[in-house]
Amino acid sequence: MTDRYDALIIGAGHNGLVCAAYLAKGGQKVLVLERSEQVGGAAITREFAPGFKVSACAHILHMLQPKIVRELKLKTHGLNLNGPPIETISLAADGNKLTICRYNIEGAEVSDTDKVAYTRFIKRMERHARALAPQLLKTPLRLANAGFGNVIKLAGMGWDIRFGLGKKRMRDFLRIIGMNIHDLLDEVFESEALKGALALDAVLGTAMEPRMPGTVVTYLYRLAGGLKSIPTLPMGGMGSVTVALADAATSFGAEIRTAALVETVLLEGGCAVGVVFAGGEEVRAPTIISNADPKTTFLKLVGARNLEAGLAHRISNLRTSGRAAKLHMALNSLPDFTGLEQDALGNRLVIAPSRKYLEHAFNHSKYGEFSAAPAMEITIPSLADPSLAPAGKHVLSAIVQYAPYDLKGGWDAQKDTFVERVVDVISAYAPDFRDKITTVECLTPVDIEREFGMTGGHWHHGELAIDQMFMMRPTYGTAQYRTPIDGLYLCGAGAHPGGFVMGAAGHNAAQAIIAGDK
Amino acid sequence: MRAQYDKEHFRKHSLPTPFYPRMAELSQDSSWHCWKGYLSADYFENVELEYFAIRNACSVMDLSPMSKYRIRGQDAEAFFDRMVTRDMSKLKPGRVGYSVWCNDQGKVVDDGTIFRFGEHDYRLCAYERQYEWLMISSAGFDVDITDETEGVAALSVQGPTSFAVLSKMGLSGIETLKPFGIVHFPYHGGKLMVSRTGFTGDLGYELWVGGSKALTLWDELFEAGKHYGIRAIGTHALDIARIEAGFIQAGDDFTPANHTIRKDHDRSPFELGLGWLVHLDKPNFTGRRALIREKEKGSRYRLVKLDIDGNKPAHASYIFHGRKKVAGVVTSAVWSPTCKQNIAFASLEVAIDDPLNDLWAEIYYQRELQWNRVWQRCRVHDEPFWSPPRRRATPPGLF
Ligand SMILES: Cc1cc2nc3c(=O)[nH]c(=O)nc-3n(C[C@H](O)[C@H](O)[C@H](O)COP(=O)(O)OP(=O)(O)OC[C@H]3O[C@@H](n4cnc5c(N)ncnc54)[C@H](O)[C@@H]3O)c2cc1C
Repeated sequence: MTDRYDALIIGAGHNGLVCAAYLAKGGQKVLVLERSEQVGGAAITREFAPGFKVSACAHILHMLQPKIVRELKLKTHGLNLNGPPIETISLAADGNKLTICRYNIEGAEVSDTDKVAYTRFIKRMERHARALAPQLLKTPLRLANAGFGNVIKLAGMGWDIRFGLGKKRMRDFLRIIGMNIHDLLDEVFESEALKGALALDAVLGTAMEPRMPGTVVTYLYRLAGGLKSIPTLPMGGMGSVTVALADAATSFGAEIRTAALVETVLLEGGCAVGVVFAGGEEVRAPTIISNADPKTTFLKLVGARNLEAGLAHRISNLRTSGRAAKLHMALNSLPDFTGLEQDALGNRLVIAPSRKYLEHAFNHSKYGEFSAAPAMEITIPSLADPSLAPAGKHVLSAIVQYAPYDLKGGWDAQKDTFVERVVDVISAYAPDFRDKITTVECLTPVDIEREFGMTGGHWHHGELAIDQMFMMRPTYGTAQYRTPIDGLYLCGAGAHPGGFVMGAAGHNAAQAIIAGDK
Repeated sequence: MRAQYDKEHFRKHSLPTPFYPRMAELSQDSSWHCWKGYLSADYFENVELEYFAIRNACSVMDLSPMSKYRIRGQDAEAFFDRMVTRDMSKLKPGRVGYSVWCNDQGKVVDDGTIFRFGEHDYRLCAYERQYEWLMISSAGFDVDITDETEGVAALSVQGPTSFAVLSKMGLSGIETLKPFGIVHFPYHGGKLMVSRTGFTGDLGYELWVGGSKALTLWDELFEAGKHYGIRAIGTHALDIARIEAGFIQAGDDFTPANHTIRKDHDRSPFELGLGWLVHLDKPNFTGRRALIREKEKGSRYRLVKLDIDGNKPAHASYIFHGRKKVAGVVTSAVWSPTCKQNIAFASLEVAIDDPLNDLWAEIYYQRELQWNRVWQRCRVHDEPFWSPPRRRATPPGLF
């Protein structure tokens, strides 16, 4: 029997679609299989109340790799990146807000020293980020049995850091890389409001707080991914990105099947040879690529018993417990945020008034509770894109931290209290907020796991921490996209370089497969 | 089924096994060592006498410190099949199988015997502690794993008269027990399990009881063996016998992979001469991919049995090729009193692909604190040095 397809991709998340597009462009016959009715995974737009649409998980586009946009001609496939660029505004209850732009800050509280320091700080961090950035679109090197190619790669990485940075900056890089963001910010700034807002960037989407070592890495990583992009709210919501990707992929000849839940990866003689659907139907292909997270891929689709024990153990030990919730609110009109002009509301609004605030918020999650006063990243995308809400009405989209996956007592009984808490916190900054809300949708990590198929509801399919990054992502032995199961590859956020709507994992996986990196 | 211990036991380095009271009486020099947390006798009276009890009469050794795990559940067979290198579907209930198990890199974690009691009921016996590895290996399988090391007492009864002794003890039906078979007997309100297994390469059995019946078993066994030359032995005598029989020992002939830190200090089954235990045609078992690769690319080492000239055991000797180039090292060595041969196992580096016909051992030995050195020629021996027909005969002879 000859296979109709060269490759099957399990999951039409944005990474699965990027991978499909590159493989199809390279001449392979590709079939993408998505469990949901809709493509896009955690990068979709959906209606949560009649007439109100929102980016269901990811809402700010700040890392999509321009190389991918260009090579896949996403703009001709309908990607509209013309939304207004957005800045970060850190809210203050007294209206004394702080505006953080890429290279400068504005805000009543901030001293001139901090303003100068900020510009210098960001430039310094961006230089470090530039040393990391080349790694994002490369297959990580292999730790054991490094062949010649790996030695070259290692040398290249060393070169980027040593010569890209120069001696003095490399020393700085090596000094700060293991630090926590809390202490680093103390070295540079006076204003606590500024430190709080910057610290949020280091911990957003993670299970970390600013005093944890490794938070400088996450901060730099975020910068590295976004070096060549301007943060924006994509027109039509995040789903527009994946719709364009799907269009690109199909234009190159890939096929996409939705409502196609893959139940198992079919193995023969220890090799992956196809997939089996819930109903028992089989599709075969010599290459199987999984956009699902590593735990789902290895422990559910392949099954721990079909792996070797050491790998199964490492995969089950991956840290995949999500701590961010997503709240969507339908608003009958715009709320009045103290000290904020209406046209400022289209920006990225954050609630992270101090690092202590973040630490307190985190502490609850350590003990299986949600934060008494959670930190947030808020957008009101309907301002720039009125198509998302009925005329005159608006949607608010908020990432709320920390909301632990394994909440003591379970989410069912406590979700309403949690929503109340969030509304209370926002109301402290926008006193009329409560009256504007007509519908609320709250996605806890448990909901995200169930609805989007991400283990633990984790943004990145697994914590993006230094021990689970680069050649350790998701774990050694499977960090080069190919897995120890012949014919099975990873292409999702669980692989290097991790999540965010970046497309890098899908791109790299496709390159590795095309290169026949066997 | 936890054995009762003195609450102060932690003050002692090693725990006594259930047979300790009897063994302590017999031990002339109180010469003990620690075997995975338990007191184990080096010898009781005299190593030579104990060795000859194995080969000429009936020896009894306390096996209780052996790590013993009960594995039960729907997936028990599949679990073992994935963990060990051997095809476990071939092991039927009532039978015992020897195997090794590897890590993902295809290096031996340990070797041991697997007892299949029933469809879904097994016991694993290993020299090293294996609980952690069993737990790691059990992810995705419906199995229940219990450590039975404490609760189950065991004696190894080996030697030509062992069958006669057990028959005398009244274990009727034992004559039909084939090598690697298991039988159960009711025993003073409990149960006694007998397996025809051992580590001596001779006729022999292993007896397994709950800890509370241990002393009764010891007494009845020695009573029955009175006229059959029964003798308690320690590990020194066993060590001679196991080398004669060609059995390797974890910690001596290879370092268990989970204990090695340095590259290349571990060994694959092929490198230990255990390729016959590796069933690469199974779709999956831990280490399979690496072993397939090793098969294609070749192994780093080769374990050989050596028959060495002279009578000085080649303990830890280097083995040379043509008395010039180092070819490997001796891992176990002994003068075999029964074969009257100077025998050894050596781990050779396979990279030296000259035929193995010009091997020499450089042997150091002491006389009144003076070191001497001799060169002795070595010959590779393919078969075990000792494997008498009585080892397999069923029914066994009444010697
Ligand atoms: C609440 C939240 C907020 C976020 N905010 C942002 C943000 O503002 N900006 C940003 O850049 N990133 C953000 N992220 C991160 C970003 O959304 C993800 O990292 C990214 O979408 C992951 O993409 P992916 O393609 O690797 O995986 P996914 O999007 O998870 O895609 C995996 C796909 O596989 C499918 N699948 C899984 N199992 C099966 C199966 N058995 N059979 C068939 N299909 C299957 C799933 O349905 C899914 O479509 C956020 C994430 C969350 C959860």
